[in-house]
Amino acid sequence: MKHIIFPLTFVLFFTSYLSVGLAVEPEEILDDPVLEERAREISAELRCLVCQNQSIDDSDAQLAKDLRVLVRDRLTKGESDDEIMSYIVSRYGEFVLLKPPFNASTYVLWIGPPVFAAIGLLVLFMTFRRNAIAHASSNNKQEAGLSEAEQKTLVSLLDDTGSKKP
Amino acid sequence: MGLRRTVFLVPCIIFGVLAAYFAIGLTKNPHELPSVLIDQPVDDFRLVPIQGRPNPDREWGLQTRDFKKEITLLNVFGSWCVACRIEHPFLMQLSARGDIPVHGIDWREPDRASGPAWLKRYGDPYTLIGDDPDSRGAIAFGVTGAPETFLIDQNGVIRYKHIGPLNEDVWDNVFRPLIQKLENQ
Repeated sequence: MKHIIFPLTFVLFFTSYLSVGLAVEPEEILDDPVLEERAREISAELRCLVCQNQSIDDSDAQLAKDLRVLVRDRLTKGESDDEIMSYIVSRYGEFVLLKPPFNASTYVLWIGPPVFAAIGLLVLFMTFRRNAIAHASSNNKQEAGLSEAEQKTLVSLLDDTGSKKP
Repeated sequence: MGLRRTVFLVPCIIFGVLAAYFAIGLTKNPHELPSVLIDQPVDDFRLVPIQGRPNPDREWGLQTRDFKKEITLLNVFGSWCVACRIEHPFLMQLSARGDIPVHGIDWREPDRASGPAWLKRYGDPYTLIGDDPDSRGAIAFGVTGAPETFLIDQNGVIRYKHIGPLNEDVWDNVFRPLIQKLENQ
C-alpha cells in the first residue's frame, strides 16, 4: 500500500496543477457542450503566435484569447472545423498548426526520420552479415584441415628446412 | 575500400549540412514570421470608429473598401505598445508630408478612452482609424504584435509587411522604392 501512495500524491498534485492552469475563461465557454468540445479540440491544435510553444487553448496571451473567441463565433455560425482552421491558416500560415500538415514542403520532416532509421538498420545489418560471413569462412578453413597428401608435403618441407639448418 | 570510405563520409556530410542549416535557423527571430498575406487582397473586415474623432457620414471607422482607391499604409498600434511610442514621431512626419494616407488599427485598448487619449497626447497621424478591441481587424491582417505596418496597393492588395517600428531608414530603403514601383504599374 505504501508504495502506491507516493506516486498517487504525485499524480494528484500535477493534475490539480493542470486544472488551475486552464486558460479558457468562463465567459468564453459556449452553452452547447458539443460545440464547446469542438472549440477545445480546434484550439488545442492552433499555435499561439505570441508564446509560440503553447496552443491557443493553453495560452493566457490576449491574442490567443481573441482567437479562441473567434473560433467559437465561427462554430456557432455553423462553420466546419476545417473551414475555421483554414481561415486561420490563411491569415497566419501553416506555422499556426502545431501538427505540421503532410505536404510537399514537409515531406522531409515526416519521411526523413523513418528513412534515416531504415538506412541505419540496413548498414547495421550489412555490417553484421559481412562479419558473420568472414567469421564462418575462416572457421570452415580450420575445420577442413589438410588432406593426407598435403600433410605429407608439409612435413617433408618442414624436415627439409630443418635439415638444411647448420 | 571505396565503399567503406563512402559509408564513413556520407553521414559526416549529411551531419554537416544539417548542422549548418540549423545554425542559420538559430540566428533568426521566430517572432518575425513571413506573412502569407503578401500579394493577397485585404480580407473582409470592418471596424467601428474610435471615440471622439470626427467621422462624418461614416458608420465604420475602417473597412475593406477604404483600401481600394489608392496606395495606402496601414499601421497597427495601441496605447499600451511601447514600440509604437518610438515609432509615433515618424508617423507624424509621414502624415505631415501627405504623400500617402496612413490608416490605423487601434488594437486591443484596455478601454474605449485609452486610444483617443493617447492620440490627443502625442498627436494623430492617421487618415482613418478603426477600433479593434477583440482583434478581428488584427487577425484579418495576420498581425502577431504591434507595431506592424502594411503597404497596400491601389487595388487593395497587400504588398509588404513591416514588423516593428517604422523609421526613416526603412522608409527610404524599402517603402519608397516599393511605392514608386506600384505607382508605375
